[in-house]
Amino acid sequence: MASSRMLDSDHLSAIAVWTAACLVGGFFLWLLSDIVWHGVAEISWEFLTTAPLNAGRDGGIGPILVSTALILLVCMVVALPIGLGTAILLAEFTTDESLFGRLIRRSLDVLAGVPSIIFGLFGNAFFSVTLGLGFSILSGGLTLACMVLPILIRSTEEGFRAVPTDYRLSAAALGLSRFTTLTHLLLPAAIPGLLVGFILSIGRAIAETAALIFTSGYVDRMPESLLDSGRALSIHIFDLSMNVPGGDARAYASALVLISLLFAITTLSAWIADQWLHRRIIPV
Amino acid sequence: MIWSRSTFLSPSHRDRLLVWTLRGAAGIAGLILLFIVAFLILEALPALRTLGLIRFVTDPSWHPGEEFYLMLPMMWGTLFATLGAVVLATPLGLLSALFCRWYAPKPIARTYRRFIELLGGIPSVVYGFWGLVVLVPMISRLHPPGPSLLAGIVILTIMILPTIALLADASLAKVPQEYIRGAAALGLGRWAIIRGVVIPAAKSGLFTGVILGTGRAIGETMAVLMVCGNVVQTPQSLFDPIRTLTANIALEMAYALGDHRSALFVSGLVLVGMILTLVSSAEWISRGRIYG
Amino acid sequence: MSPVTLQILTLTGLILVGAGCQESPTTHHSKRKLVITGSSTVAPLMAEIGKRFEILQSGVRIDVQTGGSSRGIADARQGLADIGMTSRALTSDETDLHGTAIARDGIGVIIHTSNVVSALDDGQIADIYTGRITNWNAVGGADALIVVVNKAEGRATLELFLKYLNLINTEIQAHVIIGDNEQGIKTVAGNPNAIAYVSIGTAEYDARREAPIKLLPLGNVPATLETLRTGTFPLTRPLTLVTKTPPSGLIKTFIDFARSPDVHDLVTQHFFVPISS
Repeated sequence: MASSRMLDSDHLSAIAVWTAACLVGGFFLWLLSDIVWHGVAEISWEFLTTAPLNAGRDGGIGPILVSTALILLVCMVVALPIGLGTAILLAEFTTDESLFGRLIRRSLDVLAGVPSIIFGLFGNAFFSVTLGLGFSILSGGLTLACMVLPILIRSTEEGFRAVPTDYRLSAAALGLSRFTTLTHLLLPAAIPGLLVGFILSIGRAIAETAALIFTSGYVDRMPESLLDSGRALSIHIFDLSMNVPGGDARAYASALVLISLLFAITTLSAWIADQWLHRRIIPV
Repeated sequence: MIWSRSTFLSPSHRDRLLVWTLRGAAGIAGLILLFIVAFLILEALPALRTLGLIRFVTDPSWHPGEEFYLMLPMMWGTLFATLGAVVLATPLGLLSALFCRWYAPKPIARTYRRFIELLGGIPSVVYGFWGLVVLVPMISRLHPPGPSLLAGIVILTIMILPTIALLADASLAKVPQEYIRGAAALGLGRWAIIRGVVIPAAKSGLFTGVILGTGRAIGETMAVLMVCGNVVQTPQSLFDPIRTLTANIALEMAYALGDHRSALFVSGLVLVGMILTLVSSAEWISRGRIYG
Repeated sequence: MSPVTLQILTLTGLILVGAGCQESPTTHHSKRKLVITGSSTVAPLMAEIGKRFEILQSGVRIDVQTGGSSRGIADARQGLADIGMTSRALTSDETDLHGTAIARDGIGVIIHTSNVVSALDDGQIADIYTGRITNWNAVGGADALIVVVNKAEGRATLELFLKYLNLINTEIQAHVIIGDNEQGIKTVAGNPNAIAYVSIGTAEYDARREAPIKLLPLGNVPATLETLRTGTFPLTRPLTLVTKTPPSGLIKTFIDFARSPDVHDLVTQHFFVPISS
């Protein structure tokens, strides 16, 4: 029974939770208002569509947005199938005690901790030099795919773990093949986990700088193919704030655009996931 | 059944194809890891051969120009910054997730979750920039010089919070309703239910979140480069400037040749070793208690 | 095909088509390409020069990448880049390469505008950086601990600064170590007791845009673009384009263009001093 004392554990925990939430929420609003205040003056249609001039201090970020979109596309197109496949294998086809499962999970956790600059150097050595892709969007996207795989796989695996065993047992009792169980029952049920993994990965990919400097490069021209070098938005922000004197205002504006882009992507993916959830056999 | 649209293969064949496809995908993921570690080892080999391992902990300082390669202070720097960030971010992340799921009204919870998702996508460069122009001057007014271990811990906490919070949130959501209803039927208060039923049931997701967050903190480069001061020394207080191994690689890789460059890759291997140790000890501490 | 899949595919298709359709009608594969890598100090200037070159000479693409001065040298040597950019002159180890200077930059000492100190002689600067002087009041300033900002090892700026003061890096006692010039400027701007040394061009640009920093004279010569231009400032460095062999063909055309008066306005826009021929 909830006691009538003022400071029982329920009240204390509520205070703690609300304090934490206010701290985090307050910080986010502070950071966001800082970025908006410094950057919103530069935002305009020309800014979003024209090419950069004067080392980015004038002109806009049009080609850079296109390069960023292409890099993200390559990253996700490569990472999603591999990530999903590995996660399903780990969650559905390996037991918790199996050496293989533990090994892969341990390796993924380690991979999640490798510094981004090492990924950049690896991407440069493997994709750009060995595979001959040079400084290109393809090279950058593939490197990013390597970077986001651990997060994607682990969160998707968690999503599958959370699906009650009853689903699988009932499906087996009905004689459904594992493939059908997977596609019609488990996958829709695990969508929330996949969504979190996707959002975390996109967030990580869009924010990545060091890995892209050596792979997709610095060229701010409109890319004509995936083999062209293209500057990502995060690199543009880095260049404007840390390398080019007087680029601060544009850096803030670009950061604002990046946050809005991320907002749009997460909203879109949540909506798509919602549509998918309507195909479930078992409603929730 | 046999002629229906989605079954041109017999179920057992389809399943076998499925398993092999999945194994292929996992194989590619495993290969990538192998390649990266092989790359690190290959690049680090020259330094290991000429310098040996002992010099990395016994040389008088880190001055590659003078052929001194002491890595120990930077290892401490990385360790303290990471542990500090994880210690702060885990409760904050967990409490944030609880807020989203249990304490906040629906519209506030949705907005709040959106905030956290966006926080996770802000480039480290922006955090570093903010840290450099806002956080560091604040700290310098408290206690010079400003760029310090404390600044690094604060920035890293903010950066890994979204990972921990979002994964915790997802796993809290998956706790079966029956557990909660059963606990409520037994007369448990809200906090008792959370502490005794929900959190244990969501352990695995929470654990994954913390591990991934630790990985992110250890590997963070740009932001710590801008706020930690980058002085190679073992920190004696929170206000001492430190240099993490990642910042070291970022600072010097562009200008390093020969043995120096190789030594930087050795520090990359050390980082992999550190995260391996952290993950293994975490898993050992919780053996059986998480997935059991 | 489910409606959702259709939507995703349409979206993807639109993005790719949009990206592909934005280019000019000139065919892609008929363009010759020059790859330039190296110093991030020179890269913004090089990118702008490259864009102007592309307008004047159609059918050529100039791709500029960063990665640091050493990378520029390594890439030029191995043939991974046509031209390397460095923010310093070639050293005695690099006599197998060919360098052409295209602009000059200077290195100046900066402090916060609120700091009352107006000049420091070389001995005082050396003492501050080696830790023999630790408080601003020893050189005429307020009673506050000096926060010494040094550059990371390997940077051209650091090497030149040390050579000028006759010190080696192990003697320096720094409180903060920075990577790029802007980081140095922002550190000093945020700390009234800090002292740092950065590229004069960068410092002057930011100081004019209200950053709370000021440049100190070095050896009694004020640190301005004027003194750089006249050559009286003691600490200068050439921004250099490096090639494996003496430049010929397209590379020579481009390097000559980068030195010509046609791009002097770009050089001054970036607050460097053009090489007067």
